[in-house]
Amino acid sequence: MGGLTISVLRDRLGLFGTKGGRGRAAESAVSRVSHPTRRSFLASVAAVGGSLVLGFEIPFAPRAGHAAPSAQEITAWIVIEPDETVTIRVAKSEMGQGSFTALPMLVAEELECDWSKVRAEFAPPHENRKRDRVWGNMSTGASRSISASQSDLRRAGATARAMLIAAAAARWNVPDGECTAAQGVITHRPSGRSITFGRIAAAAADIAPPAEVALKEPKDWKLIGTRQRRLDVADKIAGKPIYAIDVRLPNMLHATIVQCPVFKGTLKSVDESKLAGIKGVHRVVKLPDAVAVVADSWWRAKKAAEALPVSWDFGENSAVSSAAIHAHVQSGLSATDARIGRNDGDVERALAQAAKRIEADYEVPFLAHATMEPQNCTAHVTADLVEVWAPTQDGETALAIAADAAGMPASNVLIHKMMLGGGFGRRGIFQDFVRQAVLIAKEVGRPVKLAWTREEDIRHDFYRPVAMARLTAGLDRDGAPIAWKIRTAGQSIIAAVSPRVMQFGVDRNFLQGLLEDMPYAVPNYLVDFAMRNTHVPVGVWRSVNHSQNAFFKECFVDEMAVAAAADPYLFRRKLLANRARELAVLDAAAARAGWDTPPQPGVSRGIALHNSQNSICAQVVEVSIGREGKVRVHRVVSAIDAGHVVNPLTIELQTESAVVFALTAALFGEITIKDGRVEQANFHDYPMLRLADMPRVETVIVPGTGWGGVGETAVPPLAPALCNAIFSATGKRIRSLPLKNHDLRSA
Amino acid sequence: MADLNINGRTHQVDVDPDTPLLWVLRDTIGLTGTKYGCGIAQCGACTVHVDGIAMRSCSVPLSLVAGRQITTIEGLAPDGVLHKVQQAWLDHDVPQCGYCQSGMIMAVAALLKDKPKPTDADIDANLTNICRCGTYQQIRAAIHAAAASA
Repeated sequence: MGGLTISVLRDRLGLFGTKGGRGRAAESAVSRVSHPTRRSFLASVAAVGGSLVLGFEIPFAPRAGHAAPSAQEITAWIVIEPDETVTIRVAKSEMGQGSFTALPMLVAEELECDWSKVRAEFAPPHENRKRDRVWGNMSTGASRSISASQSDLRRAGATARAMLIAAAAARWNVPDGECTAAQGVITHRPSGRSITFGRIAAAAADIAPPAEVALKEPKDWKLIGTRQRRLDVADKIAGKPIYAIDVRLPNMLHATIVQCPVFKGTLKSVDESKLAGIKGVHRVVKLPDAVAVVADSWWRAKKAAEALPVSWDFGENSAVSSAAIHAHVQSGLSATDARIGRNDGDVERALAQAAKRIEADYEVPFLAHATMEPQNCTAHVTADLVEVWAPTQDGETALAIAADAAGMPASNVLIHKMMLGGGFGRRGIFQDFVRQAVLIAKEVGRPVKLAWTREEDIRHDFYRPVAMARLTAGLDRDGAPIAWKIRTAGQSIIAAVSPRVMQFGVDRNFLQGLLEDMPYAVPNYLVDFAMRNTHVPVGVWRSVNHSQNAFFKECFVDEMAVAAAADPYLFRRKLLANRARELAVLDAAAARAGWDTPPQPGVSRGIALHNSQNSICAQVVEVSIGREGKVRVHRVVSAIDAGHVVNPLTIELQTESAVVFALTAALFGEITIKDGRVEQANFHDYPMLRLADMPRVETVIVPGTGWGGVGETAVPPLAPALCNAIFSATGKRIRSLPLKNHDLRSA
Repeated sequence: MADLNINGRTHQVDVDPDTPLLWVLRDTIGLTGTKYGCGIAQCGACTVHVDGIAMRSCSVPLSLVAGRQITTIEGLAPDGVLHKVQQAWLDHDVPQCGYCQSGMIMAVAALLKDKPKPTDADIDANLTNICRCGTYQQIRAAIHAAAASA
């Protein structure tokens, strides 16, 4: 067994496996014990490929690096089989956000196939490489999956439809223009003849794709905009092995990892003798900043890792604490080294002339992602092949990292994209788990599944950055803001990811939501950023800097409204007088929430609005405060304009999901540092919202044009709407998160 | 060697007796539908039934379950017909990333056995599993639907 077997099976199965695997993949009748049988291995491999199965080859044989059309593959995106099954390949990752369904809908709209016959599968990153990136950029984040690929996907569908029609027309010897396609059937209108996609697919595959295709006008869409069930639910309710952490290979070993607790520290030494003779433990693998233990089961690896004496060189950061980081970031609020992001009018002069001036400092902590599936990756490195099964938000980056770690050309790397047990930005840019798994597998020479403990996952994240802001506003005699100054300070992600960008000035990402995307009209406006980096690694996190900037901006707008003695909703309306889209969204949220009618006794409301991912979201939160100071969120109304609506169900579910994600962070989310390391470890001290605390979430979709994102859009306004509601309830202005650190008991 | 009865089949396993049931299921038997989330019985992603009772298998040592009837997500619908909780999950499009849902479904199946018509308060008190995607609203609706379908 081993690499040879895997290769042979891969060839036999086709890179995607074969169809019909839904039933077979999760066979629970795995006989016997200890070692995976050939039968269970086949089941796993079939599942790994997505859901296709044996007996049918979808050739991926490269032909001069270009698409290899087959009887079934109409284009790289679309495979049609004789039984009318339409397989649509998805370039983006699926981490719960619904891309696996919404992206195929965009193809199917133009293809004119029967949606009930559609299944989706991942396009493999190594094939993308071989085929000159026919599927485009595979990076999945920033809520861009639809907006960045909708044009390609619709064109792919229209191209395949034209080829199917051309093939049918040729068979009938009639002009293409006399034929139409609908519901997977091509009809020749004058004669009434018809043929199904499945029967003409082989001929269509030989038709040259048209250079130009016309796309439908939005008014002609039939599938886009309709509520469609997710395509991935059946596997997810049956416990099928669709995640990277479920991969089982013949001869596979299990590894766990212990990383230097202090960031940027290194491994000094390991006393491996302590593991001598422990049953099932194969070996220790030393990495520059970590040590992995490899065993015949994960539990044995974990127990051995706990018993392993490791000594670290903590480096220069072993005394860093949250208090020191706070002081460091705070120094940025009054420093002179800030870079300007946007500067309208003359803010200092206007402040000097203002009838009333208010100022406040705000602060947010580091936050972990805590994907439910801990970081993991399976790798097998042989003399000439690196094969990786990964929970990746960017399969192309996974491929590059695997090649680099193995010291092998990219052409020798296969990346199997698996369903992600959560992503939230953790698994896109860095993919440390891929590098580790490849390094370990390279030393071990057998397939190795690396899985982190939850403790490692919480303590070795790329955290949502710490940030602070000092906001200053000047109001005129009528309470209208004439000047607004926002000084931000905190840690830059860009500085870590691509330092060269910083040479050109300010990290504009840090100011997301406060630059051109700031919707409120204040004539004299200045926003700048004092970068204050720390040794704690930072990265993107569902809505990233929008999450902190919306908190600063929307809470402070409420402070302005209070200073102006105005209703916070009406105050915002005035500042949005020239922003029709934002006004429509704000009004929709207020109307659904019943802003002009009083809430239930004991319940208070807050409101916020934020633009992000080319979309707009307004929220109204209803809250009550218990006698013990416990915050109870009863209801969250979200109005969202994300442009064209592809699948309303996706928008509703993503909005609910974003509300929970944001509410969890607002209530509990806080990573603190002591002795250079993270203090939290698991869900007992980095808690998550649970069902009993789930508010009623209502979503109003405001139709729009253009293409926006929905995965993150409802995160940013939640914390400020909640804190504004708490102000309304208690008169206490919350200027730092999380809420667990505030005493909200009535005085 | 220990005899484990899992989904109606007997498996002889030779692992350390302190090994949590979760890892016996996943690594030894090869039933990976039961998930690791925290290892400290906080999240419930590893929920299985032991003699019909929902238990968090990450914190149940093998030695405690030998000879008892264990049911995992793979064994919830033995005759190929979806369990009513799975059907309700399908009808309500509950899963997003889906990683926690095996544990959720097992926890709900046990709850409905105990309380066929649970109130919202029953659900709040009994369903403490974590879903990071925040599918709770759909979960509550699906539980009521499953209860009504009984």
